[in-house]
Amino acid sequence: MKQGWRMLGLSTRMLARDWRAGELRVLAFALVIAVASVTSVAFFADRVGQVLVRDAAQLLGADLVLASDRPWHGEVKQHIEAHGLQQAEAVNFISMAFAAERNQLAGVKAVTPSYPLRGRLRIAPAPAAPDAPAEGGPARGTVWLDEQLVSGLKAPVGSTIRLGRAELRVAAVLTLEPERNANFFNIAPRLLMHAADVPATGLVQTGSRVWYYLYAAGPPERIKAFEGFMQSRLERGQRMEDLETGRPRVRESIDRAERFLGLTALLAAVLAGVAIALGTRRFVERHLDGCAVMRCLGATQRRLVALFGLEFLLLALGACALGVLAGYIAQQAIGVALSEVLRATLPAPTLLPALQGFLVGVVLLLGFALPPLLQLKNVPAVRVMRRETGFSPRAWVSYAAGAAAFGGLLVWQAGDLKLGGYVVGGFAVAVLVFFGVAWAVLKLLTRPAVVARLGRRLRYGLANLRRHARGNAVQVAALALGLTAVLLLTFTRNDLIEAWRRSAPADAPNRFLVGVQPDQLSSVQAFFKEKQIAVPELYPMIRGRLVAVNGRPVSEADYEEERAKRLVEREFNLSYLSEPPAHNEIVAGRWFEPGGRELSVEQGIAERLGWKLGDELTWTVGGERFSARVTSLRKLRWDSMKVNFFVIAPPAVLEGMPTSFVSAFRIEPGSEPVLSELAARFPNVTIVDVAAAVRQAQQVIDQLVSAVQFIFLFALGAGLLVLYSALVATEDERRREAAVMRVYGASRAQVTGAQRVEFLAMGAIAGLLATLGAALIGQLLAQRVFDLDLPPSPQLWIAGPLAGIALLSLNAWLSARKVLRASPALTLRDAL
Amino acid sequence: MANNNVLSARGIGKTVRSGDSDLIILRDIDLAVTPGDVVAVVGASGSGKSTLLAILAGLDTPSAGSVTLEGSDLFSLDEDQRAELRGRSVGFVFQSFQLLPSLTALENVMLPLELAANPEAEASAKAMLARVGLSERLQHYPKHLSGGEQQRVALARAFVVRPRLLFADEPTGSLDPESGAAVIELLFEMNREFGTTLILVTHDEQLAARCQRVVRLAAGRIAP
Repeated sequence: MKQGWRMLGLSTRMLARDWRAGELRVLAFALVIAVASVTSVAFFADRVGQVLVRDAAQLLGADLVLASDRPWHGEVKQHIEAHGLQQAEAVNFISMAFAAERNQLAGVKAVTPSYPLRGRLRIAPAPAAPDAPAEGGPARGTVWLDEQLVSGLKAPVGSTIRLGRAELRVAAVLTLEPERNANFFNIAPRLLMHAADVPATGLVQTGSRVWYYLYAAGPPERIKAFEGFMQSRLERGQRMEDLETGRPRVRESIDRAERFLGLTALLAAVLAGVAIALGTRRFVERHLDGCAVMRCLGATQRRLVALFGLEFLLLALGACALGVLAGYIAQQAIGVALSEVLRATLPAPTLLPALQGFLVGVVLLLGFALPPLLQLKNVPAVRVMRRETGFSPRAWVSYAAGAAAFGGLLVWQAGDLKLGGYVVGGFAVAVLVFFGVAWAVLKLLTRPAVVARLGRRLRYGLANLRRHARGNAVQVAALALGLTAVLLLTFTRNDLIEAWRRSAPADAPNRFLVGVQPDQLSSVQAFFKEKQIAVPELYPMIRGRLVAVNGRPVSEADYEEERAKRLVEREFNLSYLSEPPAHNEIVAGRWFEPGGRELSVEQGIAERLGWKLGDELTWTVGGERFSARVTSLRKLRWDSMKVNFFVIAPPAVLEGMPTSFVSAFRIEPGSEPVLSELAARFPNVTIVDVAAAVRQAQQVIDQLVSAVQFIFLFALGAGLLVLYSALVATEDERRREAAVMRVYGASRAQVTGAQRVEFLAMGAIAGLLATLGAALIGQLLAQRVFDLDLPPSPQLWIAGPLAGIALLSLNAWLSARKVLRASPALTLRDAL
Repeated sequence: MANNNVLSARGIGKTVRSGDSDLIILRDIDLAVTPGDVVAVVGASGSGKSTLLAILAGLDTPSAGSVTLEGSDLFSLDEDQRAELRGRSVGFVFQSFQLLPSLTALENVMLPLELAANPEAEASAKAMLARVGLSERLQHYPKHLSGGEQQRVALARAFVVRPRLLFADEPTGSLDPESGAAVIELLFEMNREFGTTLILVTHDEQLAARCQRVVRLAAGRIAP
């Protein structure tokens, strides 16, 4: 026991001494970054998870929710009653809300008095005032607005707003709504109203996208019975959620966000792992002599292992504590960055993520450091007398062990073998490619033929490049990785946003008009004429559901992809036209022949849902059913901001079915009052401000980006550490070489010149690689994720290589100062 | 009497494989050292004297023969047991000092005591550094000390554990004549003071002449 304490004491002293000598700082920093980045996400996820658990009971506002894209039959309500359950109803739709001078898109929810059946709504008399639970929902003739809508409309409690044809009084600020809380990422602010007021608004009409909800609550066995009863009676477009099934749905979007953050955090940790591996290797190399001396002085192998093991464990614990602290601070920042999007007060995190951080840190350090440390014990004591009885630790053992430990961590963190594999694999491929290219270029640059051509001035530098080819390739790869992250974050990100902004032409429509009824068609057109605004084209729109392809019934179960499932489950907006829209291009097949039962579909959706030319699609509209064959595929630009349809039929096929009209038009800034007039004249029509919607979406994206940026900062820091440790790894050797060169009469200028050539070449290669990497990833993102054309960015191609050169020049300067400051004699004596 | 010996070596041979042929470094060396002996091992470069020292100290293993140190057959012990034996009874002074660069002079001297879990490490180390005249240099790092000073720190480190046996490998090899002479004076003084048995490898005949016994190595054998 006493012995153990003494050992701990000695290890602590060794730690202090090595720290003082600066041998452990890179390791410690790398560890702090890894732990901080992993814990920041873990803390955040923990808090969000707690919200989900805390609010599970009132998450749904009931024990069971039935949702449908068309009104529920009265008999379903009777069945709920017959099963002895309480019930409530709600109708959800998006609409314009108008106040005295402003209007805004609102997510309207109209509820019956018994809503919610579980949990309570909370309301306040004014924004930011203390709130209290409410009894039931809003009274007839009144609405509750959430804070965002109150400020957006400038409609305080007591004022009146207009929704469709109805005038409603603002009675309270809505602060908490069960379902809302669960639905983290929501764009349209909430307007809560009484269900009985809906008809007065005149908003629910043909073509409106409305969701109808039935809520049920009661003893579990009755809920179970009713659930079983309904299961087989659900039709397409209808679904049922209980606490069990509802939660995964809620979790889905959060999970995705968490996973994304988590993976970025892991990237930082992977980079830090590389820095740790490089740092440990240097530590071990510098301690070979010391270990040999200690062996001479009587230290047994077990003793050495215990001493260094303890030293590193202490280091790990210290660094982990700091990392957890940094992670805690960072997650607070993430929370603040996402507060607008989250709209839920997050509880304080538990201690579990801290524990997780410690585990990650210890595994990382010991994984990468233990194997080389274990080799340290094998240093032969005779090394003190004959250096050449050398012994060099096998680097691959440490990297392999570290990588294995890390792989385990990764799978645990990602919670998914495939996902973890992608990250590790992608990272490994990037490292290998960067390393391979760097190595090949370095070799090529230093071929005798090339060197001869480049002249004597560059010869020493190029000779250095060749001699250090492998070490330098590691440095170049590390630098390129770090730089790629920086370039992606700065240039590529802005390029993407720019490309997106540019993709909408300057005269693009900025308002959509939705829900114009057939009998309003001519008066709407007259209105535009009267206001001297170009009369927009009004397209017929019919809501239809796909029921079969080539006679085979279709359901969401037929599709793997999430987006395809959603598409096929929703009702489609169909249109009928006799001529193809001017902004569409037919890429396969031909436009309709007169009188044919044909369809023209958008290329992308055809691909996603597996439709081909000649396929027969069957649809239901209202109660009617019709079939037609796909005879053309169209390509269209969604970012043109014009009205577009996935599926178009000839008029003969669809005319006579329940139709509303949509249009897109442009309002020049300053003419907005016209909109209020338009809305007042046609209250059932929804005017969507595209710019505002885009702005809102942009805000959400910006917040997500700023949260991610935090984590990227960690990744960046880790990348820089990798770079630094890679550079430091060859520093001793460089210093020795410089000393020898100076002993043999090289001037300072010659020594620095040689190093400058070497570093310049490395910086240029790393910069180019990083630029290439960033450009490639940017293109991938643009094409696969955002569906954009990303033109090559001259700035990126200038900044990338320059940044590489600048970074390594700085290093060359620092290193030269160090190398030249010490006298050659001192340097060489140290090296003996 | 053989069992009076601090150290005895019998039939020591060392052969290393070099390419396709065997290179014989030492052959058939017998040596006995009694307590208090001061033995110089001399020979030209490459005569095998450092290898012999390494084997006698148990730092290297011989291809043939045995070494008994303090009554233990060195090469029937494993490397760890040899290390413990070294820690208990043996001190070293090397040509290249072998101070740990990240430790101060004081910490370098404390190191063997700390490894032996000696609670008086600091006090003993300070006293020993005072003995070698470096009281003012306790907190200095090796790179800030002259060669002579570094070797004196090494002497302090060697003597601080009060070894029965001290191995010195060309202790003045890296020093100028003046500091070399000073270090040797100190070495002999302390050796007398602590009653240590000293085995000294050198190619300096004058230095060898000051020792009680001289063992001459030539081509891996003890010259008559």
